[in-house]
Amino acid sequence: AARGYGGAWCQAWQRGAGFPNLATRGQRAVACNARGGAVPAGKCGLAPWVPVVGLEVHAQISSNSKLFSGSQVQFSAPPNSLVSFFDASLPGTLPVLNRRCVEAAVMTGLALNCSINKKSLFDRKHYFYADLPAGYQITQQRVPIAVNGSLSYTLCIGNKMSQMVTKTVRIKQIQLEQDSGKSLHDDTRSQTLVDLNRAGIGLMEVVMEPDMCCGEEAAAAVRELQLILQTLGSSQAVMAEGQLRVDANVSVHHPGERYGVRTEVKNINSLRFLAKAVDYEIQRQIEELEKGGTILNETRAFDSKLGCTVPMRDKEGKQDYRFMPEPNLPPLILYDAKSLPANMNHQQVVNIDWIHERLPDLPSVKRAKLVEHYGILPEHSFTLLNEDGLTEFFENVVKQTQMKPKKVIGWILNDMLGYLKQHSLTVKESPVSYFLLADLLNLLEKKEISSTAAKQVLAELWKGEGKTPLEIVKEKKLELLRDQKELEEICQVVIDGQENE
Amino acid sequence: QVSAALREGRVSPTELCQRCLSLIKSTKFLNAYISVAEETALKQAEESEKRYRRGQPLGVLDGIPVAVKDNFNTAGIETTCASNMLKGYISPYNATVVQKLLDQGAVLLGKTNLDEFAMGSGSTDGVFGPVRNPWSYSRQYKEKSVPKCHCEDKEPSWVITGGSSGGSAAAVSAFTCFAALGSDTGGSTRNPAALCGLVGLKPTYGLISRHGLIPLVNSMDVPGILTRCVDDAAVVLGSLAGHDPKDSTTVQDNFKPFEVPNVTDLSKFSIGIPKEYHAPGLSSEILALWSKAADLFKNAGAKVIEVSLPHTPYSIVCYHVLCTAEVASNMARFDGLQYGHRAAASQSTESMYAATRREGFSQVVRGRILSGNYFLLKQNYENYFIKAQKVRRLIAQDFVKVFRSGVDVLLTPTTLRDAMPYKEFIQEDNRTRSAQDDILTQAANIAGLPAINVPAALSERGLPVGLQFIGCSFQEKQLLTIAKWFEKQVKFPVIQLEEMEKHDHGVFQHQKSAYFS
Repeated sequence: AARGYGGAWCQAWQRGAGFPNLATRGQRAVACNARGGAVPAGKCGLAPWVPVVGLEVHAQISSNSKLFSGSQVQFSAPPNSLVSFFDASLPGTLPVLNRRCVEAAVMTGLALNCSINKKSLFDRKHYFYADLPAGYQITQQRVPIAVNGSLSYTLCIGNKMSQMVTKTVRIKQIQLEQDSGKSLHDDTRSQTLVDLNRAGIGLMEVVMEPDMCCGEEAAAAVRELQLILQTLGSSQAVMAEGQLRVDANVSVHHPGERYGVRTEVKNINSLRFLAKAVDYEIQRQIEELEKGGTILNETRAFDSKLGCTVPMRDKEGKQDYRFMPEPNLPPLILYDAKSLPANMNHQQVVNIDWIHERLPDLPSVKRAKLVEHYGILPEHSFTLLNEDGLTEFFENVVKQTQMKPKKVIGWILNDMLGYLKQHSLTVKESPVSYFLLADLLNLLEKKEISSTAAKQVLAELWKGEGKTPLEIVKEKKLELLRDQKELEEICQVVIDGQENE
Repeated sequence: QVSAALREGRVSPTELCQRCLSLIKSTKFLNAYISVAEETALKQAEESEKRYRRGQPLGVLDGIPVAVKDNFNTAGIETTCASNMLKGYISPYNATVVQKLLDQGAVLLGKTNLDEFAMGSGSTDGVFGPVRNPWSYSRQYKEKSVPKCHCEDKEPSWVITGGSSGGSAAAVSAFTCFAALGSDTGGSTRNPAALCGLVGLKPTYGLISRHGLIPLVNSMDVPGILTRCVDDAAVVLGSLAGHDPKDSTTVQDNFKPFEVPNVTDLSKFSIGIPKEYHAPGLSSEILALWSKAADLFKNAGAKVIEVSLPHTPYSIVCYHVLCTAEVASNMARFDGLQYGHRAAASQSTESMYAATRREGFSQVVRGRILSGNYFLLKQNYENYFIKAQKVRRLIAQDFVKVFRSGVDVLLTPTTLRDAMPYKEFIQEDNRTRSAQDDILTQAANIAGLPAINVPAALSERGLPVGLQFIGCSFQEKQLLTIAKWFEKQVKFPVIQLEEMEKHDHGVFQHQKSAYFS
């Protein structure tokens, strides 16, 4: 029981799987409710523990070039092929701020209900590491670009999909900063290999206050953030490509007492691992404290193979980053409609109001619209948005068919999605296009086939042999018989057959 | 004049280049140059010659030999900053100012010597050895020097150039080039200018691009211009100033190159004499010179008033804290990984870093890094760095107040005395010397103001002394106007070097006003 938490929850976060019914969910409902939910006591039957989870999410900005230099941003290029003089920290080079990165950060700040600081500053954060060529990172420590926002996310509680609860996590700030390069340790040859392609790519660090209390909440919050970023286009936020990385700050305490010592679990790069790591860490801390031990304020990493957190070798001891203002970058000044000077060249400035007007519908708005427009259930809208391309697919099918959306949705979420998961395919890769499905549903709607038959046809379509639904129906003789006379003849044959016995 | 000579065909760019190159060789003992780019210089001169023959020179600077301090990046030519850390480092790009000079057709003769990473006030602390002031070998100095002892060395001991742009100063002063770039962070262009009898211009911060200038203190560094007369400085300024998108600290406003007007009526000008610049240690000679200059302006009808910059006494400490902090930060990139010296130590990355930096940096550099890191520690940041920033603001405001009260330029000494003999200079360490020597010049860097040294007279020892004019931000035209008037009045003598007499005088005579156009 004590260790069971992690495994069950993390399954929920396999991409787009929706919210499976799990027996342990009942336990979880006790474990984690609105801010400060208590975890039932461990084996010793002591006072309940309150886990506290905060997150620092690093999202790579989707832009053509890096934050301070003109070199390209591209995933998986040959090592050190996307490195400008500035990225390599050649002496005498200077940073030049990328406008697109600023816009991305403003968009994200607005989408997260933040106040955008019209004046923000850049700082140097110093430490020595092979993947940090200049010996410092340019970041925004004193005055970041956006502060004091919030992010709403949804969890399913109870055994049914339909019980959803909305939670909010406060966004402390969003800051612009440089990504570091990558270093690989080659222990066999006792050397470190350094690739600077990533060095200097723009990051938005989104700091979430410790308003969460378990792995599931953390993962849900990050998932919603991911959807928002992808909708805005400010980051592609693909965790597998390192475009979204999460550091989790975890601590536990007894209700009514002060917050406990926290540990930081760094560089988690999947939602599953995030939930696992957080839950493991909560459990580890509880067990340690119940034993009478103490928690060290340390940095840990998540070992995905072992499913546990381990102390990070390199980060022992407290670091003094010797923050200093970045002298080569003047303060970043942003404008809105009111403060924009009349004679200013609009290409030279970033106008917050202009950006605000052009924000696309955020996921929460999209979901509400889907529910209203198509009459589907809220939990359906979540699943639609959760799977890349599925909403579009659904809407296209609806357009092409007479079948009511409320019925179509079942085919999308149960059948199509089921097949996609079975074959590990994305919507884009589906052998069944939306018009094929629409054709099929039309046959069903016109009562030319039964729903059982329709399911058979779908199975055939999924073989991807290029046949149309109609062709398959004819081939397999799945047509519903309408002809009264024909039916009578068949019935007569059956009755005759029975009589003979 | 030399530019006119080029245009009129009296001398060709290649001839000019060759003469300069041979002069560099014969003055090698000055140790002014670290690298001489003979081949590329001659090629550039040939290209220039072709243009002149076609009657299409690129401008006034076309074919003019120049030198550049070795902390500016020059593509294909070694850039060392006089440090072991960058020995053999060949940059892949040109600093913006270097590119601009080349685009104007200037002929780059080579890279000049300096204090390591521009830290110093004598140009004595680089790994290639100290630079000798050409005036050490001038008739004027030799005549005045009294043999102090019966040592074998019958020559009077040579004097320093000042620093840290001493190599550039020596190069111009010895006629090996017509203009040189230095850098100025605390006085590093004006100080050697004063000691070598040259015009040394520190432009307003943000006027000239720092892209490609290996930084010492990013918030104070500027490229500096060393020439033999004010008009030449204006020409070089005109070719360098202006916004550079690669340097976010350059101002966006359009810069209009100008010719320095000749004024005769000074009644419209107000000259301020800041009383705090009567610093302890100021030689009586220079004090007298300063006074004489003030009188000169007064008699010419200018308004001359005493003013006060009350926070001046705090500028050394303020400068020290901010300078070392930025140095510590800027030097963090030198770890041997991507470029530069890399130590052989291979037990761990950290030990390699430590060994590289110990071997690559001189004690002076290391000292400043340690100081700077100390001030940036979390527990010290508020008390040192932030405090120093506040003091910086106060110092800058002193100037604003004075200029707002109607003063056009300030007149101050540039150095405390004339050039010190090397043997005497090295008796004190770099930090002490820097603190002493920067005192009159560093406030202009703290406040980002333009300032210029104009050679004023020869000292009792036959060595140059200069006076400094400090102007309002971006008022270089007014500053140079007043400086030029002063230059005309004092008629500073031409250096008489014996080596010179071995060469064809043709172009090199009348060098006091080697006006280009």
